[in-house]
Amino acid sequence: MADQLRRTALYDEHLKLNGRIVPFAGWELPVQYDHLGPTVEHNAVRSAAGLFDIDHMGQVDVRGPDALAFLQYIQVGDMSDLPVRGARYSLMCYGDGGVVDDIFVYRLAEERWWVVINASNRAKDVTWMQAHAAGFDVTLDDISDATYMLALQGPKAQEILQRLTPADLDAMPFHSCLETEVAGISTLLGATGYTGEYGYELFFPVEQAAAMWNALLAEGQADGLLPCGLAARDSLRFEPCLPLYGHEIEQDIDPISARLGWAVSFSKGDFVGRDALLKLKLEGTSHLLVGFEMVDKAVPRGGYSVALDGEVVGEVTTGMKSPTTGRFVGLAYVPADHAKLGSAIDIVIRDQPKRAVVVRRPFYLAAYRR
Amino acid sequence: MAYKFDATVRYAQSHDWARLEGDLVVCGISDYAQHALSDVVFIELPSVGDTVAQGDIYSTVESVKAAEQVYAPVSGEIVAVNDDLEANPELINEDPYGAAWIIKVKPSDAGELDALMDAAAYESLLAEHE
Repeated sequence: MADQLRRTALYDEHLKLNGRIVPFAGWELPVQYDHLGPTVEHNAVRSAAGLFDIDHMGQVDVRGPDALAFLQYIQVGDMSDLPVRGARYSLMCYGDGGVVDDIFVYRLAEERWWVVINASNRAKDVTWMQAHAAGFDVTLDDISDATYMLALQGPKAQEILQRLTPADLDAMPFHSCLETEVAGISTLLGATGYTGEYGYELFFPVEQAAAMWNALLAEGQADGLLPCGLAARDSLRFEPCLPLYGHEIEQDIDPISARLGWAVSFSKGDFVGRDALLKLKLEGTSHLLVGFEMVDKAVPRGGYSVALDGEVVGEVTTGMKSPTTGRFVGLAYVPADHAKLGSAIDIVIRDQPKRAVVVRRPFYLAAYRR
Repeated sequence: MAYKFDATVRYAQSHDWARLEGDLVVCGISDYAQHALSDVVFIELPSVGDTVAQGDIYSTVESVKAAEQVYAPVSGEIVAVNDDLEANPELINEDPYGAAWIIKVKPSDAGELDALMDAAAYESLLAEHE
């Protein structure tokens, strides 16, 4: 690791809150707050609210007369019907269908968009987007360094945030965005998130990071708002089966295998990866992502092998004891003919095959799907 | 970070503890070890009747984020296993020197226990690592 780890502007705030700092995607971030712990933080988001420092996420500003045409070409979703102030999940794929990154696309104006990208992929994504911009009348700016990003998530997120903003949050549908003020700070507010709960993601100038963080924590304290680290962020996104780059999706995994085909529009016209993805959709993929639950008592974890009759046939992408349900569950790639609900598979844990069974995803139904 | 130390136990470098009770040695993991693990969600226990040598892996404790192996601080035969931990693994976080004992061993070499660190020596060891 020759690269120096980067610290977010909230590093000192995390230390003050007993944050246990670990390296993550090139950044030093709190995996948990020691007086709380991953389980307490997780439960706070399911029952009240949690605040996350997600400044390691990147943002690319895309604008110009061809901004829509450019975006239609470099990502798999159809954004032509995304209204101004709308936000939508999508993926960028290589020509062979493998995933460059999964993204959130925000439409700020008719010809102005933001693409939110993953920390670990920032340089790669920006380079890839620029490489495909030739021929489009479009301007790309990596605004990640100037833009801070926090996530406020959970059933109490709205009432906490409403006390700090003049925007009418009741009038803001899920997966929309709005330029407003929060705690007196000029903010792009997204009614978005990655925890399976309703909530918000806030984009604002990096200079205001500590002011915003502390204003939100103070405002939400009586409502049970807690700061949350990376461990809780991972378990919260895992239970509703929201994919994480580097786990469920990667350069050598396509969205069809990852069960993200719903995000891909084949009717919108050409885009990078279209031919490969259409072929995979029509002909089927060799492996599929499944949810599984342990039959034998054991904790499955990302990276463990999946075996059938002693033969390694796949890999666990994420697994844990689900904090909300108490079930020992995971996500794994298995051969397509073993992807049916009820199929028996073995998870190899410390060289021992442990029996598991394919079960329905998600493990937790997101609040916005109920 | 202020860890808890127990003056009635002796410590191994591997952050395991051992306490002489009558002619048995009770074993568990230290407060430092449970803290490093974070929220424990699962434990894999050995069976009564198994024999262990000092330094053998006899159990695996799993937290939200990681699986950590537990090493026998002394050699001998396992004569009791704390089955309560299967249903309540969080006891390891809550009471590592008490309710969360893991096994009781009939020691085969009394000298092994004496060679382990006392609480003061273990505390200095941790201080060096911090």
